[in-house]
Amino acid sequence: MSELPEQAIHAALADSRLQEAIYTATGRLVDKRKAVTSPEVLPDYQELRTQAHEIKKHTIENLDYYLELFERHLTANGGKLVWCRDGTEVADFILSLAKQRGARLIVKSKSMTTEEIELNERLEHHGLEAVETDLGEYILQLAHERPYHIVAPALHKTRYDVADIFTEKLGVQREVVIEQQTLIARRVLREKFLAADIGISGANFLVADSGSVAIVENEGNARLSTTAPKIHIAVAGIEKLIPRAQDLAVFLKLLGRSATGQPLTVYTSILSGPRRSTEVDGPDEFYVLLMDNGRTKLLADSQKRQSLYCIRCGACLNICPVYRKIGGHNYPWVYSGPIGAIITPQFHGVMDDPWLPFASSLCGACAEVCPVKIDLPQILLDLRAEVNKAKLREGKNRLEKLAFRLWAWLMQHPKLYEFAGASGAGLLGEEGRWLSQVPLAVGPVKAWLSERELPAPAPKSFRRLWRERRAGRGA
Amino acid sequence: MAARVSLFVTCIIDQLFPQVGLAMADVLERLGYEIDFPEAQTCCGQPAYNSGYREEARQVARHFLDVFDGAEFIIVPSGSCTSMIRHHYEDLFRKEPARLEQARRIRDRIWEFSQFLLEVARVEDVGARFHAVATYHDSCHALRELKIKDGPRRLLARVRGLELREMDPPEECCGFGGTFSVKFPEVSGGMARTKIDAILRTGADTVISVDSSCLMQIEGAMRKAGHNVRALHLAEVLASR
Repeated sequence: MSELPEQAIHAALADSRLQEAIYTATGRLVDKRKAVTSPEVLPDYQELRTQAHEIKKHTIENLDYYLELFERHLTANGGKLVWCRDGTEVADFILSLAKQRGARLIVKSKSMTTEEIELNERLEHHGLEAVETDLGEYILQLAHERPYHIVAPALHKTRYDVADIFTEKLGVQREVVIEQQTLIARRVLREKFLAADIGISGANFLVADSGSVAIVENEGNARLSTTAPKIHIAVAGIEKLIPRAQDLAVFLKLLGRSATGQPLTVYTSILSGPRRSTEVDGPDEFYVLLMDNGRTKLLADSQKRQSLYCIRCGACLNICPVYRKIGGHNYPWVYSGPIGAIITPQFHGVMDDPWLPFASSLCGACAEVCPVKIDLPQILLDLRAEVNKAKLREGKNRLEKLAFRLWAWLMQHPKLYEFAGASGAGLLGEEGRWLSQVPLAVGPVKAWLSERELPAPAPKSFRRLWRERRAGRGA
Repeated sequence: MAARVSLFVTCIIDQLFPQVGLAMADVLERLGYEIDFPEAQTCCGQPAYNSGYREEARQVARHFLDVFDGAEFIIVPSGSCTSMIRHHYEDLFRKEPARLEQARRIRDRIWEFSQFLLEVARVEDVGARFHAVATYHDSCHALRELKIKDGPRRLLARVRGLELREMDPPEECCGFGGTFSVKFPEVSGGMARTKIDAILRTGADTVISVDSSCLMQIEGAMRKAGHNVRALHLAEVLASR
């Protein structure tokens, strides 16, 4: 069980440079998303969201059918499907294939699914070199950090941070101009692409009726990773399925816009099997590793299974006032922000990080921007109730439970409620006063006062004033 | 003949900001409504619901349903409490058909104050006069769960002497979030500071909202930081002459 990382959160809030970096980057993404989803620019945006939600709902509720359909078409295309229960099975397959083929160097394009199972570490542990080729991911690999954000993994790094990392890890001269920095990375990575034995990618969508893997990106590194090496392995969660190629028309319209404010990303690759005899480019071998890693557990809950609709656009992170304060690394798993807060407890069990569903003001901004209309606040509420139940089973949280029981009892007894309020006012209150301190403040009162002043209870409650007003009028 | 309306003033306003309830009553009386205040009312149950205590929330919600069962119009000076009753009671009573039926009946009879003025009373100009440079804070539940956006601004635009300025960004949360504010005080306080910066940038001397809980957070944090911006509920402004 992880405790609330209070110290680390405090450090993030106190780091003005970090706060500035997060605010600038997420703010830019929020503005760009807003601009390309406005009714003037995209009149059918809300309908697209509804459609996307319905398509995902249909797919998730018929997942067994679409998984088999996908396998059938992929196989017909000459690809090979590998079912993986978890990260160990994914790594084992790749390791054994690499051994058979004598492969040593792997290039990787950006994939949250492989981050989820810490694939690089597993491969490196067995002597393979796995190089991230997305610029942000590459920076973080050099810095030995996990992604800060689903879409913009190095969002928290300024160009000065990047200059330091490149100088230290690549031995190049300090370079703070972003364009020059990308050229440095390009030079290093180009060599890796040409020498790589295997390319590993994720998948944005798996198209069942064509057996294709759809990948969107802006840097061209995913296209290179999936076509230059002789072997391409796509690692994807089972929830990435969509029924038909034409459904991409809905999702591609939403994904780029929601993620980076682009009507379409620079590259959209739809990969359907290995190189054919008439084709010039492409891998000789094409594998799709379909991974469960806890996803089928989510299918069991009819309300919360919508968490699997997520297309990993990151819009909920950018708009989330909590993410923007505490940053990506204070979430317990690689999935941060609101989507992380709802899927982490479902994958790992609510008692792993019992504080997580409570770390939200329930402002609802996430649900408003979600392109597949996941009801994130409602799921957070459901998870809170689950945490409380689990805690009570373990004999924890008894005091809080008791407090709410007493409170509920009081709220059902108006006379006592009034008496309690009046007593509180008598003890604390003076007319029109805000309290900057309360003697012997503990618990919630102390927590409130650490950031704010506290309104003293009104000397006379509304109900009392109302009675007096009525009496005064002789009513 | 004047219609009769029932007030649900919410526990926060009853105990901490009774002047807001009185102001709301003033506005409604001036519009000719006869006012009923069911004395047995307490809370809508949201604190327990949002904290994950469903059973406790249900108990309080049942009490609410009983108290307001016969009311034709229930008017609430809070977007958050209105939304709790309108949207979340159904979730609470999924397994209690009789209560579910009652919750659905009440859903169409409960009105957030500004929505009632605009959609039922059909009035934009309540004859208010209030000298201030003000900015309007969109409370999250009013904005996103009840779609209250232009309404309060339209009402404020008709207040004589009031200049309304928009915040940039306009829709960010103040950081209150009920128990969130005391479970994560530092994060909540950080969110309040971001909100306050947006308020200060407008140069307004008054911040107005339809939720007293947001205003408690905003004003509490402003006082702590030594800023002199008034925080007022929409009803208080509309009741001014």
